[in-house]
Amino acid sequence: MALVELLLSPLPAHVRTARLVVVAAARRAGMDDELVDELRLALGEACTRAVGLHARHAPGTPVKVTVRDDPGGLIVTVTDTGPAAGPVPEDLAEGMLDGGAAGELVDPDVALAVVTGLVDSVEIEPSPTGTTVTMRWPLPAGAAPGATAASQA
Amino acid sequence: MDLSLSTRTEGDRTVVVVGGEIDVYTAPKLREQLIDLVSSGQYHLVVDMEGVEFLDSTGLGVLVGGLKRVRAHEGSLRLVCTQERILKIFRITGLTKVFPIHTSVEEAVAATD
Repeated sequence: MALVELLLSPLPAHVRTARLVVVAAARRAGMDDELVDELRLALGEACTRAVGLHARHAPGTPVKVTVRDDPGGLIVTVTDTGPAAGPVPEDLAEGMLDGGAAGELVDPDVALAVVTGLVDSVEIEPSPTGTTVTMRWPLPAGAAPGATAASQA
Repeated sequence: MDLSLSTRTEGDRTVVVVGGEIDVYTAPKLREQLIDLVSSGQYHLVVDMEGVEFLDSTGLGVLVGGLKRVRAHEGSLRLVCTQERILKIFRITGLTKVFPIHTSVEEAVAATD
């Protein structure tokens, strides 16, 4: 069972909502601070990408975020409803400098490239209905992500 | 935490002090600020990011947009940042090659290369 499941209206403000909730869940699970920083950024990028795609292609459909535990780790997924993810661009800086609309419109693939650059364990699964980004982080030995954390404290 | 912005002039440079979180929600405010400065003829910008707590690729996109705008007027955009967690995203995206990144406002204001 997922520890946390969120359905976000695809609005920029709710990318922050997702960051706050998922960071809180990771802290509760005992994740190291350095990895929490990484998770905050990676989750933010994955949600920013999904919210941007929904704004253009599926404004009435929520973005789905889940957090679940796994032996020794925490698994975070972000699922969108939009065109499937393309290949991750190789030279990001060039792409951003050459990009359209004075470079401010961040290509959804740039956000994904940041995710893959940050997180050691990432799976990107495009499907006909959208894309699921699955990120996995280790938890310190002895951390208990589930409901047992309180009783062990 | 929301985004905070303030500007001041130091010689021929305009220093933009940014604090808080730069993300998909707040980045439009920073973009407006940079556009306003360039529209009013200020082409040599120093963006002080020491008070920034969070920066994502949307924020990077706005900084790149600002750089392109000042370059169109032979201007410059320098960053001040020593925070490792903020510098990380510049490294991942290769933007450390694109932006001059300084360790203090004094250093950035004095830089001419």
